[in-house]
Amino acid sequence: MLVDGIHDLGGMQGLGAVDHSPAEPVFRHRWEAVARALLLVVADAAGASGGEFRHAIERMEPGHYLTSGYYEHWLTAAATLAVEHGLVTVSELEARAGGRFPLSGPVLAPPVADAGPDAGTPRFGVGDRVRVREWHPPGHTRCPGYVRGKAGTVVRVDGIYSVPDIEAHGTARRHEPTYSVQFDAAELWGDGQRGVRVHVDLWDSYLEPS
Amino acid sequence: MSDSTHRPAPVSPVEQRVAALEALLTERGLVPEGFIEQVTRRYESETGPMNGAKVVARAWLDPQYKQRLLADGTAAIAELGFGGPEGDHMVVVENTAAVHNVIVCTLCSCYPWPVLGLPPAWYKDPPYRARMVREPRALLAEMGCPLPEEAEIRVWDSSAEVRYLVLPQRPAATEDMTEAELAALVTRDSMIGVARL
Repeated sequence: MLVDGIHDLGGMQGLGAVDHSPAEPVFRHRWEAVARALLLVVADAAGASGGEFRHAIERMEPGHYLTSGYYEHWLTAAATLAVEHGLVTVSELEARAGGRFPLSGPVLAPPVADAGPDAGTPRFGVGDRVRVREWHPPGHTRCPGYVRGKAGTVVRVDGIYSVPDIEAHGTARRHEPTYSVQFDAAELWGDGQRGVRVHVDLWDSYLEPS
Repeated sequence: MSDSTHRPAPVSPVEQRVAALEALLTERGLVPEGFIEQVTRRYESETGPMNGAKVVARAWLDPQYKQRLLADGTAAIAELGFGGPEGDHMVVVENTAAVHNVIVCTLCSCYPWPVLGLPPAWYKDPPYRARMVREPRALLAEMGCPLPEEAEIRVWDSSAEVRYLVLPQRPAATEDMTEAELAALVTRDSMIGVARL
């Protein structure tokens, strides 16, 4: 299975047990709440879209991503976006923190200049068989690696939304219908498991007729 | 720690980084007065699984509400006063004796904030995100939710704009309970789908 970023975790093996607790505080430390609030501050000041914010987390160094929690991800994304949008500099951050301040890696995809026309009408309806495009974009996408190239069935047609792959890389926008597509787990993993269906919500351009 | 009353706990590197970013953004006038406290309060006390529990209890008691909830989750949830970011496009999936639903976000940590609050740490950590789509039956059993072999499992990966809420099955012998008593039975985990009631 090919994945394009460390965040694209669906199906990855060897990560161990889930550290499940039935209840826990919303914020375990005050800094977690502050990190959360600061990302909102930065996203607002930088005018960053949801796609750009998510991509800032996805660009974290993989070892750092896997060994830090959610709020450290938010902190790293907030600081990265703050630097990239000229709100603060790396040297200011490191001087104040009294040490290294790891930021996310650079954006690898070129900016999107021409988003193409919006797609107003769904190409697929409930019950249609579709196949997920097999491609590996260098930038942000909300198409998980584990369904690429796989065939499934549309079970729900949802609203028309901005394509994250485009909004993460500039000010251009394209809007497309989204679908919930059902995949048989046996087809996804080829392991004969029975009675398991995995549903993934996908934008129109991620799909082709099957 | 017993000595923590005498001197402050050592500041961890991540706390120092948060403090650095907070100070720089505040100096630039970008952090509105009281904003951090407002965000903290909102997620610590104004939203959480108690909201989703009210939705579930209402659906158990009122068949017409349940019908509306399954047809248009966003609108039916708004009837009880809940909505907002990460809850603008809600789909409610119903557990039955034959079908078990469970939600996950493999790419990040999408979660229905207005009805469940912020996600627990394990929901956001790599093992849950990696394994729930690959081996849900085994993982559910491991998390204390074994299912009969013949039960169908439907996993919902929140990869676009829709956020999901699981409507758990109403437990037996609850016919005489009030709506508030029913809501008290509904756990966060049952609405994620990693537990049955």
